[in-house]
Amino acid sequence: MAWVNAIIQGVLIGGLYALFACGLSLLFGVMKVVNLAHGDLAVVAGYIGVGVIAISHMPVLWSIPVVVVLMAIIGYILQRSLLQAAITRGELTTLIVTFGLSIIIENGLQQFFTANSRGLGVGDSFITASFSLGSQITIAWLSLGIFVLAVVVLLGLQQYLSFSKYGRLIRAVADDREAAQLSGADYRHVFGIAAAIAFGTVAIAGICEGMVTTISPTLGTDTILLFAFCAVVIGGLGSLWGTLVGGVVLGVAQAIGAQINPSYETLAGYAVFLLVLVVRPQGLVSQGTAS
Amino acid sequence: MTTLRPEDQLVKVTRSRRSTLWTSIGALVVVVVLFLFPYAIGSGTLGILVQGLIILTLATMWNLLAGYAGLVSVGQQAFLGLGAYFVLIPAMHGITPWAGLFIATAGAAVCALPLWWLVARLRLGYFAIATWVLASMVMLIVEQISSIGGGTGEPLPGLTGMDPAVLTADTYWAALVVAVLAIGTVYSLLRSRTGLVLTAIRDDERAARSSGVRVGRARLLVFIVAAAGCGAAGGVLAIEQLGVTPGTSGGVFSVQWTAEMAFAVIIGGLGTIEGPIIGTIVFMVLQQTLQSYNAWYLIVLGIVAIIIAIFARRGLWGTLDERFNIRLFPVGYHLWAPGERRGRKRVPADAVPTDAA
Repeated sequence: MAWVNAIIQGVLIGGLYALFACGLSLLFGVMKVVNLAHGDLAVVAGYIGVGVIAISHMPVLWSIPVVVVLMAIIGYILQRSLLQAAITRGELTTLIVTFGLSIIIENGLQQFFTANSRGLGVGDSFITASFSLGSQITIAWLSLGIFVLAVVVLLGLQQYLSFSKYGRLIRAVADDREAAQLSGADYRHVFGIAAAIAFGTVAIAGICEGMVTTISPTLGTDTILLFAFCAVVIGGLGSLWGTLVGGVVLGVAQAIGAQINPSYETLAGYAVFLLVLVVRPQGLVSQGTAS
Repeated sequence: MTTLRPEDQLVKVTRSRRSTLWTSIGALVVVVVLFLFPYAIGSGTLGILVQGLIILTLATMWNLLAGYAGLVSVGQQAFLGLGAYFVLIPAMHGITPWAGLFIATAGAAVCALPLWWLVARLRLGYFAIATWVLASMVMLIVEQISSIGGGTGEPLPGLTGMDPAVLTADTYWAALVVAVLAIGTVYSLLRSRTGLVLTAIRDDERAARSSGVRVGRARLLVFIVAAAGCGAAGGVLAIEQLGVTPGTSGGVFSVQWTAEMAFAVIIGGLGTIEGPIIGTIVFMVLQQTLQSYNAWYLIVLGIVAIIIAIFARRGLWGTLDERFNIRLFPVGYHLWAPGERRGRKRVPADAVPTDAA
């Protein structure tokens, strides 16, 4: 039963990893940008959440839409200024700029907020509430809620990319930038919209991480970016639903590893990542459904 | 190189437009002066110079990776850490840490082989994060081994009882030898056939591949050399700190090491041998000026690196070279147009025969 419990917890945490991963996957799919600052931006979103709650005293769930909007605005502005300037100059420059951004954010957060970790919604009853299945399996409502949220976010993204006006523009620009430009779509604006959406998902991921455990300045690179990348690779590059598959596989691998020995948790996840990288480099879901 | 036709006899090919005699003598004088430093300056300054030489070695290796082979690795801290442990482990069994430096260099190179196999097919961004994951994994594995200190680290035995001033001087010489060898190795590698292969790949990978250039083998060689260099630097670090601390914050496996080497290279000039030297000097000046403000030096460096990456892509040295055409370590070729002389303005490109370029 302990193993069944571990697998169930792993599947549920996979939803959180899918939230980490879908922004990374979206930016890569649309702009061919690997955003090395991805994890640190999620941590920034978490700290913005801490700030919003401290100022307005609103419940943590209400703070999610506020932070999503704020991060989307930051994403659009960052894309139109710094990231666009980097993309124009090539992939190497983009990597250098996002890596620089990552180091600046991480160290900046440490200067302003110290290295201490902070939780979101500490003391709220739903954070710790859970229900039991049988005698040995306990499922936290929060984990289940985040998993459902991840599915809703992915579903929403897929619908948006498939049917909305900007969704179609994003796919058109991702397919052929020049042709879309010739048809009258300003690809820079479309990139900005895509970045805003990606940053919105990053905001949700950051707040969820803050509710599940805690956030700290080094979390962005130590955990979020690397786990997001593992989930993207396991699931398949550029596939939206692949990130959910990848997240779940990563989560289950970590849970099984932790069940064998608590210090094997992260290593077990990396082992599966490497296995997929070597055996099936196109990922488990080879054909993407969107982006 | 094909035989020149009679009418081409006027064309001369050299490594540089300027004579490298004076710069070679200059470089030699600088190295000799650096070797004599311990007789002239105090331990405190020497200690700072040791840190500078470690960064210089790392930056030279990162420049080889990113600037010449297009391999943007964010996982070089793995080899730095492995190098530190390859000095620590033999020292725990009675081998002097100075000899351990050789083990660190060779050991890191050997470890690079399986790691390369895992990331070889990835490009740019995915290569960058994958190397980062590998570095994180290497750290987690090393931390599992409790006999070498597990997650807390271990002091370095074998050097206790030495006079601190002598130890600092010896560490400095070791760091200097490692840095000079690193620059020398990269310089001669780039002047060899491999350098030509790397230039061909950088200019047009597909064309190089179809001309029979073994792209994978050249990249593998660069990856191994860079790992060896970072391993040697890690060995020096273990001796300098008299111990090894793992962990991602402040330890040998911290990504900050890669940030420091990358920023130094980008500021100095990516893809030039001189760039890392200039970048390391800028780095050390900034770090020493801002040292009382915690990690602010890294934030300032990051901002400067981003600005340079966007507005002056060739870095400080590249910009100087563009304007004054100076190269201390020429790795390319200069084709002399008929009648062109030293000191005269460069002949327009279309006047130069292109078949030998």
